[in-house]
Amino acid sequence: MTETATTAPGARRLEREAAKRRRARRNAGIAAASSVIVIGGLAALILTSPGWPTVRETFFSWSEFRNAFPEVLNGFWLDIKVFMVVEAAVLVIALVIAMIRVNRSPGLFPVRLLSTVWVDVFRGVPTVLLVYLVGFGVPALELEGLPTDPVVLGGIALTLSYSGYVSEVYRAGINSVHRGQTDAALSVGLTQTQAMRHVVLPQAIRRVAPPLLNDFVALQKDVALISIIGPQEAFRVAQIYQGENFNYTPIIAAAMLYLVITIPLARIVDRMGGAGGVR
Amino acid sequence: MARGGPPVIEVRGVTKAFGEREVLHGVDFDVAEHEAVALIGASGSGKSTLLRCIDLLEEIDDGDIFLDGEVITDPSVPPVAVRRKLGVVFQAYNLFPHMSVLQNVVLGQMRAQKVGRREAEEEGRALLARFGLAGREDDRPEELSGGQQQRVAIARAFAGKPRALLLDEVTSALDPELVGEVLEAVRDLKAAGMTMVIATHEMAFAREVADEVAFLHQGRIVESGPPRQVLEEPHAEETRRFLARLLEAGRA
Ligand SMILES: Nc1ncnc2c1ncn2[C@@H]1O[C@H](COP(=O)(O)OP(=O)(O)OP(=O)(O)O)[C@@H](O)[C@H]1O
Ligand SMILES: [Mg+2]
Repeated sequence: MTETATTAPGARRLEREAAKRRRARRNAGIAAASSVIVIGGLAALILTSPGWPTVRETFFSWSEFRNAFPEVLNGFWLDIKVFMVVEAAVLVIALVIAMIRVNRSPGLFPVRLLSTVWVDVFRGVPTVLLVYLVGFGVPALELEGLPTDPVVLGGIALTLSYSGYVSEVYRAGINSVHRGQTDAALSVGLTQTQAMRHVVLPQAIRRVAPPLLNDFVALQKDVALISIIGPQEAFRVAQIYQGENFNYTPIIAAAMLYLVITIPLARIVDRMGGAGGVR
Repeated sequence: MARGGPPVIEVRGVTKAFGEREVLHGVDFDVAEHEAVALIGASGSGKSTLLRCIDLLEEIDDGDIFLDGEVITDPSVPPVAVRRKLGVVFQAYNLFPHMSVLQNVVLGQMRAQKVGRREAEEEGRALLARFGLAGREDDRPEELSGGQQQRVAIARAFAGKPRALLLDEVTSALDPELVGEVLEAVRDLKAAGMTMVIATHEMAFAREVADEVAFLHQGRIVESGPPRQVLEEPHAEETRRFLARLLEAGRA
């Protein structure tokens, strides 16, 4: 008994580790083999398809890529700028809407009603329609002082749409903070506003960070929608190129630029344990 | 009830209903200065509700509550000013999980009482040390044991130098071996002359620290008096039955 007790743990441990290594080797082997089969099969299927030579020429032409890339990149810079400004506006406006919607004071009833309508309408209409309506509708009013620049109008449309989504994310976060937290904050003498600011909001925002980031990824992609009202952003530039040269490579270039931004963002969402996939 | 000094808290005919369910049905009771009143009663009898009403976390339907002789349940009285004069320790601690232990204690001081950071933190550290939490100032609440968390909650409630403390079953969420350290903190407050209302299931503790025991039953204070009398020679039939049931459950 004493003998087994002194020798057994070491022996068992070596045995276990050996088994673990064998299992790891086997798993790696299976993963590699299945990858080769699946990816190789797909590649073979595509590369041997009758249309492949033409596809390679019209979608993956290196010379077209080199020609179009600088201008597509230039257009993409506009996408980035619009994204950053819209994102900042959305974060602020959505927060204001969410705070109004969770507030119960009777004096705020009209504003509360308005925010509910805002969220219902702008979240309920497809973003592409909003871009179209704002982009062509606002200038048609011919009102003094209203913006006419399609980039600005497109940005406004995106802001309307996304502030609807994002305010609901915030609101869910605020509602998820236990009532006892507000009670405790009030009990130490804070006002309702202070309780919201110092106790409820910090917890709410931390909780909804992953879904918020998810919405940013979606917004980043949706910036391309403003192309339908004219601005020379990446997709638009690529489209013009394609129309002139009958070659789709610039669109692939634009797609790659998007991936350069969205993939790292998606990884960050994963790392934060984000719920749901990227829209 | 002519005991001790002038009453700090007076509850007069307080009624409180949630929808159809009337929880408090004309509660009367008072707490004199430096006095500890133990509030006992079955689960669901309304102990928490009564404490919440006193701190104006719930709006009462009828009756009045006075703090230092002034009515606080009048719509014209700003609740924030009243809450700054009272401290509450909740049944489930309700610490702020996104703040350090020290930040929990000083939040009210800094934001509500407008004490400067330096002074507030100095006082906060001293308070934490007093309740045996020196060295834990920068920890998050989740890193503490239940007993330690509840002591932080006591320090937080006490930090605002309240006129009275409302303690809501401060040991009911704790493992038995952690109860003692929290009761020790309450004893310390009592020795310092703090005016307190203590909702509790710990009869032995009520007997020890309370100057007065009030038994809440079906929305009313059925019986109140010195612990020895209420707990050992209760007049009311309901009190006798309640205590007998506790005895059966092995808690008295
Ligand atoms: N916000 C609320 N809405 C509806 N009913 C409530 C609310 N808060 C408390 N109640 C009800 O009021 C009654 C008294 O609850 P309370 O929490 O005050 O009892 P308690 O004496 O503190 O019980 P315990 O010893 O279990 O803590 C219960 O029946 C409870 O269901
Ligand atoms: Mg309770």
